[in-house]
Amino acid sequence: MRAALIALALFAATPALADSLLPAARYADVQLPDPRQEREAKALMETIRCLVCQGQSIGDSDAEMAGDMRSLIRERILAGEDPEAIRAWLVSRYGDWVTYTPPLSPITWPLWAAPFLLVLAGAWLARGRLRRRRKN
Amino acid sequence: MKRRLVLWLPLAAFAIFLALVAAGLYAPPDRAVRSRLIGQAVPDFDLAPGMPGRPGLASATLRQGQPHLVNVFASWCVPCRIEAPQLDALARRGIPIGGIAVRDRPQDLARFLATYGDPFRAIGADTDRRVQMELGSAGVPETFVVDGRGIIRHQHIGAIMPQDMAAIIAAFEAAR
Repeated sequence: MRAALIALALFAATPALADSLLPAARYADVQLPDPRQEREAKALMETIRCLVCQGQSIGDSDAEMAGDMRSLIRERILAGEDPEAIRAWLVSRYGDWVTYTPPLSPITWPLWAAPFLLVLAGAWLARGRLRRRRKN
Repeated sequence: MKRRLVLWLPLAAFAIFLALVAAGLYAPPDRAVRSRLIGQAVPDFDLAPGMPGRPGLASATLRQGQPHLVNVFASWCVPCRIEAPQLDALARRGIPIGGIAVRDRPQDLARFLATYGDPFRAIGADTDRRVQMELGSAGVPETFVVDGRGIIRHQHIGAIMPQDMAAIIAAFEAAR
């Protein structure tokens, strides 16, 4: 009986959505008619971070706000705007955080330098090893 | 002896790595995305009224010499109900509050204001979230303090709770 009640409650439960009652934005889930423009828009969406479900791109996110941002991007590209200009517009409002391609800055340079430093460290290590082997 | 010590280095590095991970896991996360427009002019916008018979909200109103609070809210937003009494108290102090209703419908707004109070001098309908994004706001509710020249002075992210009132009022007084 109790199990049946719990099962019933699970069926009746609906997720508490923090979404509005309005339909999705015009271009949230609708592609642009021109494939070249759609390709540009999609490429940009995949490198813009969702503000709600952080860690996802707006291209991957089902959040309503991500849909609104996708629509904004598609409408601006449809109007002939350059994708990088749209990225700059978003960064000027939400900071570097919003883009998955962080620009080189005093805070981010270790991020960009790390791979090269690691390769150098590896080369130095390998050099020591090889030299020792030759001595043997 | 020196060689012996060097052997322990990887383990030490691993311990430091573990400590960093643990610190990151246990520290309370700050997921707020702040607007970059603090200290800058309010972007131009002119929003139609959120409901009939009420004025809409335009950036020009925010540049007429009087500081304002601009509250980004929605009738479908649960924390907005929680902050309603605090907004009412701010309005009763004579602080002008402009509302930006995100993705809202007039009938829902009317019901929300009738139930939770109406502290707004003007309400703009931001149906497509454009103005919210213009402001660098990442969610609802958020509240901006805008000085009389239309410069954004302060951003409060999330519901204004009773303990936040002092900071909001101080930011508003500083914007005079």
